[in-house]
Amino acid sequence: MPATAWDETRAQAIIDAHKATDGAALPVLHALQAAFGFIADRAIEMVADTLNLSRAEVHGVVSFYHDFRRAPAGAHVLKLCRSEACQAVGADKLAAEVRGALNVDWHETTADGRITLEPVFCLGLCSCAPSAMFDGRPIGRADAKGLTALAQEKPMSGKA
Amino acid sequence: MGLVQETDYGTPAATATEMVTLTIDGAAVTVPAGTSIMRAAMDSGVAIPKLCATDSLNAFGSCRLCLVEIAGRNGTPASCTTPVAAGMQVSTQTPTLKKLRRGVMELYISDHPLDCLTCAANGDCELQDMAGAVGLRDVRYGFEGENHLTAPKDISNPYFDFDPSKCIVCSRCVRACEETQGTFALTIQGRGFESKVAPGMGEFLKSECVSCGACVQACPTATLIEKSVVETGQPEHSVVTTCAYCGVGCAFKAEMRGNEVVRMVPYKDGKANHGHSCVKGRFAWGYATHKDRITKPMIRAKITDPWREVSWDEAIAHTASEFLRIQKTYGKGAIGGITSSRCTNEETYLVQKLVRAVFGNNNVDTCARVCHSPTGYGLKTTFGTSAGTQDFDSVDEADVIVVIGANPTDGHPVFAARMKKRLREGARLIVIDPRRIDLVRTPHVEADYHLPLLPGTNVAMANALAHVIVTEGLVNETFVRERCDWDEFQSWAAFVAQAHNSPEAVAGMTGVPAENIRKAARLYATGGNGAIYYGLGVTEHSQGTTMVMCMANLAMATGNIGRRGVGVNPLRGQNNVQGSCDMGSFPHEFSGYRHVSDAATRTMFESLWGVALESEPGLRIPNMFDAAVDGSFKGLYVQGEDMVQSDPETAHVVAGMSALECLVVQDLFLNETAKFAHVFLPGSSFLEKDGTFTNAERRISRVRKVMPPLAGKADWETTLAIAKAMGFAMHYSHPSEIMDEIATATPTFAGVSYKKLDELGSVQWPCNDKAEAGTPIMHIDGFVRGKGKFVITEYVPTDERTSARFPLLLTTGRILSQYNVGAQTRRTQNVVWHEEDRLEIHPFDAESRGVREGDLVKVQSRAGATSLRARITDRVAPGVVYTTFHHPDTQINVVTTDYSDWATNCPEYKVTAVQVLLSNGPSEWQERYREMSEANTRIATPAAE
Repeated sequence: MPATAWDETRAQAIIDAHKATDGAALPVLHALQAAFGFIADRAIEMVADTLNLSRAEVHGVVSFYHDFRRAPAGAHVLKLCRSEACQAVGADKLAAEVRGALNVDWHETTADGRITLEPVFCLGLCSCAPSAMFDGRPIGRADAKGLTALAQEKPMSGKA
Repeated sequence: MGLVQETDYGTPAATATEMVTLTIDGAAVTVPAGTSIMRAAMDSGVAIPKLCATDSLNAFGSCRLCLVEIAGRNGTPASCTTPVAAGMQVSTQTPTLKKLRRGVMELYISDHPLDCLTCAANGDCELQDMAGAVGLRDVRYGFEGENHLTAPKDISNPYFDFDPSKCIVCSRCVRACEETQGTFALTIQGRGFESKVAPGMGEFLKSECVSCGACVQACPTATLIEKSVVETGQPEHSVVTTCAYCGVGCAFKAEMRGNEVVRMVPYKDGKANHGHSCVKGRFAWGYATHKDRITKPMIRAKITDPWREVSWDEAIAHTASEFLRIQKTYGKGAIGGITSSRCTNEETYLVQKLVRAVFGNNNVDTCARVCHSPTGYGLKTTFGTSAGTQDFDSVDEADVIVVIGANPTDGHPVFAARMKKRLREGARLIVIDPRRIDLVRTPHVEADYHLPLLPGTNVAMANALAHVIVTEGLVNETFVRERCDWDEFQSWAAFVAQAHNSPEAVAGMTGVPAENIRKAARLYATGGNGAIYYGLGVTEHSQGTTMVMCMANLAMATGNIGRRGVGVNPLRGQNNVQGSCDMGSFPHEFSGYRHVSDAATRTMFESLWGVALESEPGLRIPNMFDAAVDGSFKGLYVQGEDMVQSDPETAHVVAGMSALECLVVQDLFLNETAKFAHVFLPGSSFLEKDGTFTNAERRISRVRKVMPPLAGKADWETTLAIAKAMGFAMHYSHPSEIMDEIATATPTFAGVSYKKLDELGSVQWPCNDKAEAGTPIMHIDGFVRGKGKFVITEYVPTDERTSARFPLLLTTGRILSQYNVGAQTRRTQNVVWHEEDRLEIHPFDAESRGVREGDLVKVQSRAGATSLRARITDRVAPGVVYTTFHHPDTQINVVTTDYSDWATNCPEYKVTAVQVLLSNGPSEWQERYREMSEANTRIATPAAE
C-alpha cells in the first residue's frame, strides 16, 4: 500500500490491530511505517502509550533500526550496498558517483524530493556485485549511469 | 573524618540458602549459590576491575573488563555474568587477562577526553580508577579518529548535567532508571558507533525523567554529575543522616566540604531506601541555606507592627513573660503549644513536656491531627497499635497490592519505586482512588482494577468489598477463629452481608460498577499475600477513622496480617509524623499512646518531671482556633508548623490567630502563620542538629548535625530556653539524653538509645526487652490488643454534598516535586516542575463552563473562594476537580470546610462541594490576604549604630 499522509485515527487503528501480538512494538512500527512511510514523533508517543512502554524505550527501538525512518522519504528510495563483496568490485567509487550525480549524501533526499539515497549492508547479491535496490527491486551489476538514469525516470505507477 | 566508604560488590546478593565453595586466586571462598564470581571475589577481598557492573543492578556483561579465567573452561568469561560453581578454580590476574583488560581500556580511553585534572569527577571516577588498575600507559590508536568528544552537553536539568562526550555507554544509567526507579526514561539511542544514552527524543528536562538521581548515582564517570559538584568540587567528608522530607525516611550521606553540603547521596545501608532517592531528598536541600532563612529572633507588640530583631535572651524572656502574663490574666489553660512533624522526636517530646509540665495543661497537638490521626485511632482500636503493621521490605513478598487514597509515585516516591519493582515481578494491583494516579497505568505497570470512586464514599466501597468476601465464602475462617474475637466477627459479618452493603447497592453512590468491585474483592481475598497501602485519601474524611477500621476488618477477615507481604500500611506524609504522635503530641496522650487519664502513667511522669500533671485532655488544634475566636485561648507556641496554609477553612484559622495576644512561631522561614505572630524564633534545619526521625514503618533513624545552626540554636535548645525562662529547668546537654528519658518513660521505646542506633543503623519500635533489635512486622503471633477487633462500619455520607450551587467535588493532593505547604521545595529549583497549583478538571466539566487549558478559574465553596489556573485532563472523572496545596498564592484551604472526622477531628480536606467558573483575577480573599500579608511581614531596618 502506498504511503499516505499522517492520520492519527488511522495510526491508532493500526497500533490497536497489532497490540495483542507478543512483542508488539516491532510489528506495530513496521505497520506504521508501511502505512505512512515513516515513524512520526507522535506515533512514538502513541505506541508507547498503547503498549504501556516509555517513550524513551520506543525511541530506543526505532533509532536502533536504520530501516525505521523518522521523516518521509523521497518518492523513491535507492539503496546502495556498502559491504565487502561490493566494495571489492568498486562500490565505493559507484557510491561517490551516484552521490555526486544526485547531489545528496547518505540518508538525504534530492532537492526535488524524488530520490532518497541510503546505504545498506549486503543485499545477498554478492555474485552480481555491486548491487543496489530501487524501491524494493534488487539491481545487480549496478553502475552509475544506469542508476542515475533510473533515478531520473518518471515515477513508475503501480510499482512498489 | 573522611568520606563514608561503601563497598560495591558488583552484582546483587544471591538469595539462595545453598552454599557453594570455590577458589579464587588460590583462596577458598564459600558463597550462596547463584552468586556471581565477581561478588564472590569481592567477598574474599579481591576487587576484579569493572565498569558496567554495580551491585544495585543486575549483571549486564558489556564492559568486558571483568574477565577472568576458569580452570578447565575455554576463554575468558565475564565474572559479573558467570555464577559460581562448586570446586571452580578462578584466576583474576593472569598475563592474558592483563593484556585483554589493557586493550579494552585503551579502546575506551581512545574516545574519552583526557581532561581529568579539570573534570568535576576527578577523584571520584571509576574510569580513572580502572585505567589505574589495569596499568594503562598509552593509547596506540591516537585521538585523531572519529570520536564523540564534541558531543553537546545537556544541562537542562536543574540539578545535574549530562555530558555525552565522557560517556562510555555502559548502560548503568539506563538500567538504574529501569531497575531501581522503574521510570524507563533513558535508552540507548542508535546502534554501533552512534550508540548514545538519551532521555527519549529530547532533553532531560522535557523527558519522562523524574530526576530521582539514580542515573547520576550509577554513572561511573562524569557523564551524569551533580551541578553542585561541578560548582563546588569533590566533598572531603560525609555524615550519614536521615532525609527531612516524606515519611519514607531515606538514609543519606551528607557529603560535605567543611560546613557546606556538596551533595546528598542515598546511603546503601539505609534500611528504608536501600540506596535509592527521589528528587526532593537527593537534590532539593538548598532551602536550608536559602536567603529567606530568618536567623535573628524578632518580636513586635502588634502584628501590624514591623518586626524588630532582638537578641535570643530578649526574645526568650519576652516569650516567657507574655505566657506567664496571659496565664495570670486568663487562666492556666489560656496557652498551648503545637509540635512539629518536621522536627525530631527529641524536640517534639520537649515541646509536649513544656506544655504539660511548664504550662501545666494538656493543650498540645500536632499536625498529625490534620493527616493521620484516624490511623492512630483506627489501628489502635482494631489491632492495638497506633501504627502501620509492616516494614517497607515486606512489599517484596506481596502478591496483591491495594493502594487506597494514596499517590505513592508522587508522595512517597522511593517506596513507590520499590512497589513498582514488585509489580513488574508480577504482583497484582488494585487502586481505589477518585483520580487516575500514575500507578494505575505507567510503563510496565498496570492496575488490574482501578475503582475510581466519588470522593467521600470510601466506607461504602470498603463495606462492599467486605460484603463480597463474606457472602462469597472468601473469609479466612481459621485465621479469624484463632486470632480475632469470633463474636465480634460474626456481628460484623452479618452487618456487611446486608443487602445495602452489596456492590450492586453501592455502585450508584460510588460511581463504580458492581462487577469491578466484586472482582477486586475476590482478587484481594484469594490472590495470595494481600497488602493494603493507604494515605490521606483514607483519613481526611468525616469517616476517616471508620475507613481505617474498614481496612483493618478486610485484612483480618482475609488473614492478611501478621507476616511478611501483607498488612495495613499507612504511607505517612511527613518525615516524623509517626514520631511526633509516638512522642505524646496529642492532647489526650503521653508518649507511647497512653491516655492522660491513666493514673499509673501520669504518676510516673509526675515523679519523673517533679510536677503535678493534668488528667483531662487539652485542646485539639481546631478547638484552639475556636477557643481563640471565643477569647478564652490567648497564647500559642508553634514549632515548625504552618496552620494558616495547611489547615482547613483558612478564614477561621486566620481569625483565631489574629485573636491571640501572644503567638510564638519557631520556623526556618517567615511562613504564613508567622504573619500573625508576635515572636519569631529562628528554627534549625535537619542539617543543623542531632536527633531522630521515625518513619512510616516505625523506623527510628538518626539525624546527624553536619553544620552549626544558622541562628545559633537547634530547635530543642530553644524549647529548653523557654522552659527555663518560665521557671522550669530541663537538664539536657545533648539530644541523646532526651532519648534516654523517652526510653525510660515509654515501654515501646525502652530499648532505644543512640548507641544502639549507631550500631544497628536504625530500629523499628517496639524496641524493648522482648524485641531488642526492634520489630519489623507487627502482630505476628497475636494482636497487640489480644484478639483482633472487628468494628461495625456503617457508611454515613458526609454532610458536604453537591448541590445546584456547588455541583463539583474538590479533592486535594500532592505532586512529586513539591512538598506539602512548599516552604522548603518552593525555595529550590524544584519549581521548574511545578511553579503554581493548578485545578485539574475533566474536559466535560471544562467545556460546559467555557474553560480552556490554562484559563484562570475561580473555585468557590460555601467556605470561600480562590482563583487558580485550570488544567484539563481525564485523570479526574466528570464531577470531580483536583488540586495541590503547595502554594500560598492559591491557598486552596480557603475553600475547604470545617467538617472533620467524627473520632479525631481530622479535617475533611478530600471532599468539598464547589463551583468552578471562569475568573478574571484573584478572589476577594486573595486580594485582601495579599495586602495583609505584605503589611504583616515588614522587618524594621536596624537603626544605625
